[in-house]
Amino acid sequence: MENTVNRIAGTPSANNRKKPVKCVVWDLDHTIWHGILSENDQLTLRKDITDILKTLDSWGIINSIASKNNHEDAIRMLEEFGIREYFLYPQINWDLKSGSIGRIREKLNIGMDAIVFIDDQPFERDEVAFVHEQVRCLDVDVIGNILQEFKPRFITDESSLRRKMYIDDDIRNLEEQEIGNNRQFLESLQLAFSIQPATVNDLQRVEELTIRTNQLNATGYSYSYEELEALLKSPDHQLFVAELTDKYGSYGKIGVAMVERNGDTWTLKLLLMSCRVMSRGVGTVLLHYIMNSAREKGFRLEAEFLPTDRNRVMYITYKFAGFTESGKLDNGGVILTHPLNDNVSYPDYIKLSTHTS
Amino acid sequence: MDTTTQAGARTIIREFLRKRVGQDIQFNDAEDIFAAGLVNSLFALELVVFLEQSFDITVENEDLNLQNFSTVENLEAFILKKKDK
Repeated sequence: MENTVNRIAGTPSANNRKKPVKCVVWDLDHTIWHGILSENDQLTLRKDITDILKTLDSWGIINSIASKNNHEDAIRMLEEFGIREYFLYPQINWDLKSGSIGRIREKLNIGMDAIVFIDDQPFERDEVAFVHEQVRCLDVDVIGNILQEFKPRFITDESSLRRKMYIDDDIRNLEEQEIGNNRQFLESLQLAFSIQPATVNDLQRVEELTIRTNQLNATGYSYSYEELEALLKSPDHQLFVAELTDKYGSYGKIGVAMVERNGDTWTLKLLLMSCRVMSRGVGTVLLHYIMNSAREKGFRLEAEFLPTDRNRVMYITYKFAGFTESGKLDNGGVILTHPLNDNVSYPDYIKLSTHTS
Repeated sequence: MDTTTQAGARTIIREFLRKRVGQDIQFNDAEDIFAAGLVNSLFALELVVFLEQSFDITVENEDLNLQNFSTVENLEAFILKKKDK
């Protein structure tokens, strides 16, 4: 078939890129501070450490702790130094640090390859590296370079709020446990989902999402800011962004869909949703919206899926939404097609707003 | 096929769903749990992984259609078919 569509390829897979750092896990003794807490040393903060913690935090890189110490004593010291608030899920105990990092990873729901561990002791770094080979383990003497090294390409509204968003999530999760019933809980959240055509202002966040999102990402294609800008201007492409809000506040822009038009067919090249909203039941809302839009406008609908070691949930999402495999892609992925026989509905606990309604 | 699978599959599936959907929600074995809005796509993944681990089966891409997973009865039939192979 002749291909006249103005294609903007994107990078086939985020794997070729350097993985962004999402969390730095710090040791305490001889790392955050000079001296050993349990030996009653006179502790002093390492030079520039407060600035480094604050800067990482403002970039949306989460700081945490894996330290072998008495929990209460260490927390008290962190409070005295005025840096307690910058650490999420500190693991201060006498367990192996690989175990502590495992728990932090689980709490944050990120990949091991997005974690950096900083400790002055080679033994601790080796122990962590042995169990979690994807964690980057660094000696504390490199911290002069880490800001330069870890700086994300863009700092978005979502970046600077990321720590707060995790804290908000914890409050939601507590409430969920109290209510004990997933559906009633979702109803109680008063979820509002908005789908809008992307504007130039959204592009930094869209680029960030294509790089940061692994599990809920149907293709893993990542697009640079410049490529996204070209997509916005292209008559053959439509880029949508989704934002989720609930009674606790906004989750920010958390979803992206990109459709390429070729003749009478729409092809979903990109469908992704931040993993933070995974349990909110909103994953199919964006997909259903695209399905209904294609149907109303009289287009056929295809979707590309490129398997990675983490994104099986997106394949399931497509299949359970009624898509069937209809072809193979050159890059190892598959093409899925939906018959679009009927309009599909949205969960009734979500209030949907779109640019057409 | 061992008899424990046949006797136990439905109970195991029902138990898992009850835990995830909520103890106080009633649904019968023929009810479509997805259509009823009881579960979402994250849950679908958990369900697939749960079935693979509990019954020692591999859910292939071509098995992944809503029909196989929509009700307790269909889930049981699907498991028995996979174990039979």
